[in-house]
Amino acid sequence: MKRSIYLDNAATTKTAPEVVEAMLPYFTEFYGNPSSVYEFASKSKAAVSENRDIIASALGAKDKEIYFTAGGSESDNWAIKAAAEAYESKGKHIITSKIEHHAVLHTCEYLEKKGFEVTYLDVDEDGAVKLDELRKAIRPDTILITIMYANNEIGTIQPIKEIGEIAHENKILFHTDAVQAFGQIPINVDECHIDMLSASGHKLNGPKGIGFLYIRTGVKIRSFIHGGGQERSRRAGTENVPGIVGFGEAVKRAVSTMEERAAKEIELRDHLIEKVLAEVPYVRLNGHRTNRLPNNVNFSFRFVEGESLLIMMDMKGISASSGSACTSGSLDPSHVLLAIGLPHEIAHGSLRLTLCEENTVEEMDFVAEAAKEIVGKLRNMSPLYEDFVKRAAAK
Amino acid sequence: MYTEKVMDHFQNPRNVGEIENASGVGTVGNAKCGDIMRIYLDIDDNGIIQDVKFKTFGCGAAVATSSMATELVKGKSVQEALNITNKAVMEALDGLPPVKVHCSLLAEEAIHAALWDYAEKNGLVIEGLEKPKSDIHEDEEAPEEEY
Repeated sequence: MKRSIYLDNAATTKTAPEVVEAMLPYFTEFYGNPSSVYEFASKSKAAVSENRDIIASALGAKDKEIYFTAGGSESDNWAIKAAAEAYESKGKHIITSKIEHHAVLHTCEYLEKKGFEVTYLDVDEDGAVKLDELRKAIRPDTILITIMYANNEIGTIQPIKEIGEIAHENKILFHTDAVQAFGQIPINVDECHIDMLSASGHKLNGPKGIGFLYIRTGVKIRSFIHGGGQERSRRAGTENVPGIVGFGEAVKRAVSTMEERAAKEIELRDHLIEKVLAEVPYVRLNGHRTNRLPNNVNFSFRFVEGESLLIMMDMKGISASSGSACTSGSLDPSHVLLAIGLPHEIAHGSLRLTLCEENTVEEMDFVAEAAKEIVGKLRNMSPLYEDFVKRAAAK
Repeated sequence: MYTEKVMDHFQNPRNVGEIENASGVGTVGNAKCGDIMRIYLDIDDNGIIQDVKFKTFGCGAAVATSSMATELVKGKSVQEALNITNKAVMEALDGLPPVKVHCSLLAEEAIHAALWDYAEKNGLVIEGLEKPKSDIHEDEEAPEEEY
């Protein structure tokens, strides 16, 4: 029987069965609109409120600081555009990093067209923002710092507490895209001086189509969707009640299992990293060796191209992803891999494997063996490898 | 995303390898864009392509178009090989996704580059053959990195 090993949990996760179960009654039984006055709808209203509480307490936040959205990208767009608009009179300068998700980068580029100035901070070779460069980038007209909690491609966790302190000392709003980090590692918005935080349900075994933006009390940003009074009138539209229920259930589950799950994932992650580094020549691990998300592994294999690698992995039943240009339809490989200093052709040969606690050591061994075999096969047909071998022989 | 023929040529690429003392070798593309193709031709005294091999660094479509291009030129005359277009390569593969059409252009260009090398080595002029555009050179290669 062909194996099926899903290693793309940074793209999306399996919706947990208990999450689906919690959601189901809100489709067929308690389908009332939370805004309605009659008794029948009170169950929907209560569900929204209960789950808002669960999510708020996972962050050390207050319930009224959680605003449900349709997902991480919407939350990023809202936070950045609305902050820019609200604080425009103070200044038009935003600081972000070169390795943000496109939901942040493209929003910043959009604002540049509207007359804002954006500083894109460099990162070190592990993908961490350099704090001294952040300090140097701050100007009197800086209104927003937006830096992700942990990177979606290489898993590196940013020095969020330090960044928050710098923002706080300089009285600058601090937004963080925590789509990959929320539910994976502990987050406290007060300890880290976070003013706004984006998260998404489907990255932590919750449903797709639901996310939230945390907005600290006192942060005055404009409404994102005008209409009814939902989400304190800041994000109008009938609530996605089943989605909110599922998200709350997923958060409850993620928080209660976090420690144990992270330990298991780190064991699997480190096993895979060590095995591949030991068995495949000319490979590098991208991202920080230890200060990375528990489930993230990212390699660059020299002389091979990522899409070929992905297709061959797929033929062995392994679902993964790559920062290769060929998978995105553009000519440039991943901006994250270029930002950590990889030359183009090495960035093209990248492979991201994001596991979950259900994977096994035996599966990691299978994946390492598969990578070794496939990389060997692709190198045998690679002109880059041929040149490399000839140059080495000539020395 | 790919046709069965593309997948077949990707999984079982024909004519992978090198030819020692080849009549002509052409390398096109560059590592920056993620595609490099190298084609080796063995051409006899009558101008017939007796053997052809390739090496490719690139995506599934790049490997499949290289493989198909080598199949199409094998046994052909120099002039016939020159007339094989990227369109013919694509048709033989039952089509490519729009973003991968450039791979077939690269395959056509790789054949032309190998023919150009053959013509130069033998002091020949091949009617209709222009100097290939995207040949890569040693000095354009990225510096070696140690891991």
